[in-house]
Amino acid sequence: MTTWIDIAALEDIPQRGARMVKTAHGCVAVFRTAEDEVFALDNACPHKQGPLAEGIVHGVSVTCPLHNWVISLETGLVQGPDEGSVETYGAQVENGRILLDASKLTTQVAAE
Amino acid sequence: MKKLVVIGAGMASGRALEHVFDAAEGAWDVTLFNAEPRGNYNRIMLSPVLSGEKTYEEIVTHDADWYESHGVNCRFGEKVISVDRARKVVVGEKGEVPYDKLMFATGSNPFIIPLPGHDLDGVIAYRDLEDTNRMIDVAAEEGSKAVVIGGGLLGLEAAAGLRFRGMDVTVVHINPWLMERQLDEAAGYLLRKSLVDKGIHIKCAANSKEILGEDGKVKALLLDDGTELPCDLLVMAVGIRPNVALAQDAGLAVGKGIHVDDQMITSDEDILAVGECVEHNGAIFGLVAPLYDQAKVAAKTLMEEEGTFVQKELATKLKVTGCDLFSAGDFADGEGREDIVFRDPARGVYRRLVIEDNKLIGVVMYGDTADSNWFFGLIKDKTDIANMRETVIFGPAYQGGGDMDPLAAVAALPLDAEVCGCNGICKGTIVTAIENGATDLGAVRATTKASASCGTCTGLVEQVLATTLGDDFVLPAAEPMCGCTDLTHEDVRRMIKAQELKSMVSVWQELGWKTVDGCAKCRPALNYYLIADWPLEYLDDPQSRFINERKHANIQKDGTFSVVPRMWGGITNANELRAIADAADKYNVPTVKVTGGQRIDLLGVKGEDLPNIWADLNKAGMVSGHAYSKGLRTVKTCVGTDHCRFGTQDSTGLGIKLEKALWGSWTPHKVKLGVSGCPRNCAEATCKDVGIVCVDSGFQIGIGGAAGMDLKEIQPLAQVETEEEAMQLTIAAIQLYRETAKYLDRMYKWVDKFGLDWVIEQVVDDLDNRQALVERFDLSQTIYQKDPWAQHVEEEAETYQPIANLVLEAAE
Ligand code: SRM
Ligand SMILES: Cc1cc2nc3c(=O)[nH]c(=O)nc-3n(C[C@H](O)[C@H](O)[C@H](O)COP(=O)(O)OP(=O)(O)OC[C@H]3O[C@@H](n4cnc5c(N)ncnc54)[C@H](O)[C@@H]3O)c2cc1C
Ligand code: SF4
Ligand code: FES
Repeated sequence: MTTWIDIAALEDIPQRGARMVKTAHGCVAVFRTAEDEVFALDNACPHKQGPLAEGIVHGVSVTCPLHNWVISLETGLVQGPDEGSVETYGAQVENGRILLDASKLTTQVAAE
Repeated sequence: MKKLVVIGAGMASGRALEHVFDAAEGAWDVTLFNAEPRGNYNRIMLSPVLSGEKTYEEIVTHDADWYESHGVNCRFGEKVISVDRARKVVVGEKGEVPYDKLMFATGSNPFIIPLPGHDLDGVIAYRDLEDTNRMIDVAAEEGSKAVVIGGGLLGLEAAAGLRFRGMDVTVVHINPWLMERQLDEAAGYLLRKSLVDKGIHIKCAANSKEILGEDGKVKALLLDDGTELPCDLLVMAVGIRPNVALAQDAGLAVGKGIHVDDQMITSDEDILAVGECVEHNGAIFGLVAPLYDQAKVAAKTLMEEEGTFVQKELATKLKVTGCDLFSAGDFADGEGREDIVFRDPARGVYRRLVIEDNKLIGVVMYGDTADSNWFFGLIKDKTDIANMRETVIFGPAYQGGGDMDPLAAVAALPLDAEVCGCNGICKGTIVTAIENGATDLGAVRATTKASASCGTCTGLVEQVLATTLGDDFVLPAAEPMCGCTDLTHEDVRRMIKAQELKSMVSVWQELGWKTVDGCAKCRPALNYYLIADWPLEYLDDPQSRFINERKHANIQKDGTFSVVPRMWGGITNANELRAIADAADKYNVPTVKVTGGQRIDLLGVKGEDLPNIWADLNKAGMVSGHAYSKGLRTVKTCVGTDHCRFGTQDSTGLGIKLEKALWGSWTPHKVKLGVSGCPRNCAEATCKDVGIVCVDSGFQIGIGGAAGMDLKEIQPLAQVETEEEAMQLTIAAIQLYRETAKYLDRMYKWVDKFGLDWVIEQVVDDLDNRQALVERFDLSQTIYQKDPWAQHVEEEAETYQPIANLVLEAAE
């Protein structure tokens, strides 16, 4: 089941940028593209855990700041010659607010 | 006869009535209310009326004869005040009318931003003939000025119309580019360019703050940044809201608009609604195409026939002569979507297709919209484009059926197709040159001039070579900047200057970038070139910088950061050291290290702590050491005449002066300096980008040293007598490097490419040039010599924190 949580205003993330959300399951990077679409991925590169929120966003991809792996924001899949994938989470914009699907992120805590 | 009452004589109800009379003349006794003192006219043609290309009479769609011949009771200029559903009567300003069926067609109201001063005389919306006439009247006054708030469809048509009538017009738009809902950034850029060419001033990313007035009349618009735009007329075109007040008062179900079902029936089965006032399946409407469909369905419903309104894809065009644009469908990035981009800079053409599951779902076109209907058709019909994927972007002319690769598309070009826009060279001319023996790019350029000017058609010329020569042609390996372009760094740099490209989006468009917004390779390079060439005009783009330069600290392998404050010339004092020690304690810094650059590194600082630690260091007078930048790093010095028994000059003092002059500047790669007090060279000056060795008679200056992956000794630039001259030469050499080097070429690579002799000519021999270089450097420093730490503490501290904390949220 999806649980949309309002996390912030769209403007809080610059276009072609990202910000980090702390969750019980670790950090999640929330990206905003030039077209104002938002995506959420685990903030850890499958290569060596590089913080993806600090990467350069282009098109619907992010380039990891540590060793330049390119990761698709849509699928979480590593592009090109490298291999691997990152967990993705539902994210959307409604009335200028960013909503994050927290069903996979808060379960542990909610169960407590 | 049954009684039909219609509220609003607009575009939707006009069309609905036509269908009703066509199908069953005489079936209904119609009463038509309209708040405007006139009947139905083609509202969308108000723009040509404003610009003077048409008169009001020409855009009337239903005249007095028409109403009369269909027996319509016209109550024009009379507003409906209420609807009494229990008694089934409509109450107009001049009396009641009973109905069997009622149709709302009240359209929408322009939205007025409630800025202070919005009620001043001279502040208007753009919706009806009154507004249009008002604009025409003000425009007729000699020297009058207008400001239009809103860079969407309406705002731009208003601006163009007013400009056409000779007014001085400024468009103020809150988003970074025009018509952002219909266009992407590249098309927005081209549109802006065409409008600016027409003499319209455009201010994007501008926030209105207040409307200033005098004697109750508008005088100027004040922006957030303090700019005042004087005006005699202020047009607000920032959007519309469905006009639902009347329906709401009557107790109908209303959301954003009046709720209707697929038959255009409201929550009351005897009441229908059509046009911009309705909400259907959550959507509201602002273009006429869907309203016409609604009108057709509403007429069927009235006649008790089957009719179903279905929302379709919409297309947008702008009615401004000379601005050909088209957009349709959905072109936002999204799951599984893919872009195909085509740009023809010479003709100002941009085309972007968005594809999902082998179907076209969105298109944006600027410049050449001749094929727009074909593309729109592909979207509406959901055509499978799998087997024309490679060529679909070229339009219907290239769809020969079956597979076609891009080379085949070039082969299919007719001989009179223009290849090089700058020089007007057709494919035929190039083919002839090839047949006469020009078998490579250089030879084609030399004989035909094709691709010899802006160079953006180089790829195309090479493809002509390839198709004409077949296997004999091997594509040359000039290394392009990245996968987004075929141009080299050198070409791009040259063209940024020659074509005066002053924004990232203008580079992408004018130089034919193949991707929508570049990649992690080209964006930092472009950002640097633009900063270096247009320090005043270009705005630095943090999103195009590598994280170290975006966050002004070096990222570590575990995601923490290192912090290196500047220590001018390697000199520090007890106060600074104490502040560093305190910071190390306060922020639990795991490692404190003396660097190879004569300063102290605090390693392992958490991202969230950066603004705080900087604020503390700032308080002790320290600024960023830029240990992370492609910019000035350290100026290493030795103790010189102050203390050393061999010192010949004040090497420490000169080093500090140089560091104070150069810090904060951005360069193609990092720049390190060393100043040694004598040839014993304790500051290792001879392996720095600029190294100065003091001698009895003055200063020996060398450039192009390094001690990284390559070990390079500096090469002698000049020997000078005074400190002043040493400073000037150093600054001039660094500025020349800034202006001409390829991004990520260390200074030694640049000297190798351009030659030491050339550098000497430019900065040592040519004194005027030296002076000019220094002046350009100083100008750039007025913008960039600011401590980024202090600035981020002040303005951006918030962005260093997580945007949200769901751990807490869930626990609460
Ligand atoms: C901190 C420091 C090492 C130290 O503990 O002393 C250092 C640390 C780094 N150096 Fe260095 N260099 C440091 C002095 C040097 C020196 C010595 C000097 O400046 O006298 C050199 C050789 C001289 C030279 O530059 O020619 C040096 C040659 C390099 C190179 C090779 C450059 C080249 O052109 O070949 C790189 C790689 C690069 O820049 O692309 C590099 C890159 C790096 C980076 C920034 C790698 C990176 O991108 O993350 C390291 C950051 C570590 C970190 O996490 O903070 N570092 N680095 C020194 C900081 C000096 C300062 O105060 O700013
Ligand atoms: C300058 C301009 C240019 C445009 N260009 C385009 C374009 O190029 N392409 C495109 O597709 N669309 C364009 N549009 C939008 C298009 O005109 C509208 O979508 C369309 O007119 C809406 O039709 P409607 O019948 O819903 O409302 P309207 O045409 O606005 O008609 C509603 C009528 O109802 C009357 N009314 C409201 N309340 C009452 C009441 N209580 N009692 C009596 N009467 C009432 C109003 O006075 C008005 O006359 C443009 C609009 C403008 C203003
Ligand atoms: S020498 Fe290599 S490992 Fe050491 S700091 Fe420099 S870049 Fe890092
Ligand atoms: S950690 Fe991301 S590329 Fe290495």
